[in-house]
Amino acid sequence: MPKVEEEKGFVEILNSRYKLRGLFHIIEANQPIYNKDTGKLAGVTNPRDVTYIHSYGGEAIFFESLSKGKLMASRCDNEKCESKGSIYEPFRIFCPDCLRKNTIVDITEKAQKTAKIHSFIITHRSGAFNILPKPIKFINVEFDEEVVTILMSVLVVGEPEIGKRIIPIFRIKSPTYTIMDLMFVVKGTTESELPEKFSF
Amino acid sequence: MIKFSEKQLRIPKLMRPVYLVTVGMSKFDRAFPETRTEELCVDALTAAADFVNMTPSELKQYIHTCYYGHFADHFGDQLLGEAVVHDRLGLDPLGNIGVKTGGATGGSTMWEAVKAVASGYSDCALALGWERMDEVPTDEGNHLISCAADKDWETPLGHIYTGYYAVMAQRYWKIFGKEEDSFRNTMAEIAVKNRGYARMNPHAHGPMKITVEDVIKSPIVAYPLRTLDCCLMSVGSACGIVCDEKTAYEITDKPLRIYIAAGSHTLRVADRRDMKIPLLPNEKPNQYDNLGKKFPGGDRYPGFTSFLAARISAYYAYHMSGVVDPTEDLDIVELHDAFTISDIQTYEDIGIRPYGEGRNYIESGDAYVVNPHTKKPGKLPSNPCGGLIGCMHAVGATGLMQIAEIGYHIWNRWDEIHESEEKWNSFGRKKPKDWTSLQVKGAKRGLAISHAGVGSHVTCTILMNPNNLIKED
Repeated sequence: MPKVEEEKGFVEILNSRYKLRGLFHIIEANQPIYNKDTGKLAGVTNPRDVTYIHSYGGEAIFFESLSKGKLMASRCDNEKCESKGSIYEPFRIFCPDCLRKNTIVDITEKAQKTAKIHSFIITHRSGAFNILPKPIKFINVEFDEEVVTILMSVLVVGEPEIGKRIIPIFRIKSPTYTIMDLMFVVKGTTESELPEKFSF
Repeated sequence: MIKFSEKQLRIPKLMRPVYLVTVGMSKFDRAFPETRTEELCVDALTAAADFVNMTPSELKQYIHTCYYGHFADHFGDQLLGEAVVHDRLGLDPLGNIGVKTGGATGGSTMWEAVKAVASGYSDCALALGWERMDEVPTDEGNHLISCAADKDWETPLGHIYTGYYAVMAQRYWKIFGKEEDSFRNTMAEIAVKNRGYARMNPHAHGPMKITVEDVIKSPIVAYPLRTLDCCLMSVGSACGIVCDEKTAYEITDKPLRIYIAAGSHTLRVADRRDMKIPLLPNEKPNQYDNLGKKFPGGDRYPGFTSFLAARISAYYAYHMSGVVDPTEDLDIVELHDAFTISDIQTYEDIGIRPYGEGRNYIESGDAYVVNPHTKKPGKLPSNPCGGLIGCMHAVGATGLMQIAEIGYHIWNRWDEIHESEEKWNSFGRKKPKDWTSLQVKGAKRGLAISHAGVGSHVTCTILMNPNNLIKED
């Protein structure tokens, strides 16, 4: 059962401390597990309802930008690093070679112009807590050569194919502030075909 | 582009020889509703004691430090499970530590134990692993496993690890498999072989007598992978004990030399940057210059089609032990067949076949105990225990089970472990009427690959009869 509004756990930061409001766990009684053949006790259930409090740290700007329709990445600008000029998406706070802080760059336009499918998989399976409609079309997105890594995402309009051009879409209305605010559609998709709350 | 320095490519050195003296394992199954984890661990250690004709108390007298492999604490809702097991094994107050490297946990646990002995810290160390994946419903289990992907960038996408893994299979299937029916059949042959071999193993949880057609008609999990292409999700325990030379010969007159090395690569498969292929001793410079021409799209290395961690672990381990060509120098291998297609990828990563030609290892019949084409012994049999597809994947125990199985072959005691009617009965399993020995005759050297997820951690273990070493100390 989803929690009702007053049961939800909310967190804010005040004076560098987390301030919590609402419920962060709901206690539920354990239940015995019996062997129906022998009638003997074998164990018990341990119900758990836990809400984690998680910091995005230096990646927060990536997730916040999705809600504004922007795809941010990061680039090593260290003159002395052999990876200088490499753009990382997934976003890396630090260059994996020189460990200097990367420069944050907006690659929304680059993604719109160059994103294509590197690999994909269609699956009807999912784990608990999944909210994506099934089948899920997982895609790996490659950009132009400046971007040296590949992004994992999902395709929500069109059929996946290696090399197919795709366009990013963003959940600007009621964002979740997670990677779920970024999805892709095949090039040529119209605004009216986009999932609810998403736009180009 | 990633480059490695000479210091990083330095061949690891054990400061003194290390020997595997005994191994043991429990029964493996999908669930043990009426057995505690500790009971399975006691079964594994007791089996190891039996194997060297000792009581557990006698064997424990030698153990100095303990290394415990257990990956998924959150499945059992028990932190410090290692301390629980250590206590129940009666090994307090010895120092112990937990090891967690996903699917490679078993191998990594042995890696730690070997280093403890090699360094001189301990003369005898226990590596014991287990996994408990039956204590949550399957969909919650899928979520918990997906937490081994990046929790911000991947896990929210479906909470299903298969999705993050299968994109690699898709790319290999299209580029190196060329989407050919014949390649699909070769994948299926691996499932048929390994599930069939598992029929001869009383410990195995997934034995099946199946055909290529059964595999190809089994339900799709994530195309091209079908249910019978995928490994099991198991519960169970396995262990191994390693010693310095003096202690080893006090415990047994037939210890095996052990070499082990580890490699790693990014948790997020998509984060792999292009690099030059690191070469193994049996490969030549420029050998792969035409790979992209032969297999369009296959020029990105490691891309989505290779496991750099496996290659690096093999690179270190081959140089440590003197192995040049695994097919020529080894007699038996246990590989991490999480999926049929990743098994083929591993043949290439560890040099059994060159990149792009992995399928030939199966198609030639070399990977079988008896080559189906020639009816003669296969050149380098793989996974006679049934592997992860047929025997088990109880994550923290898997790598240790593989090492144990290689050991049984080199000790020439495979039948003793797998044939006994009494054991089949005690496990509540029916020994097949056509039970056949899969002992690799005359095995002197073997290898086990323990592999995590999309290749974040891999260990390569090599066991040798001390009379058949390749490299002098």
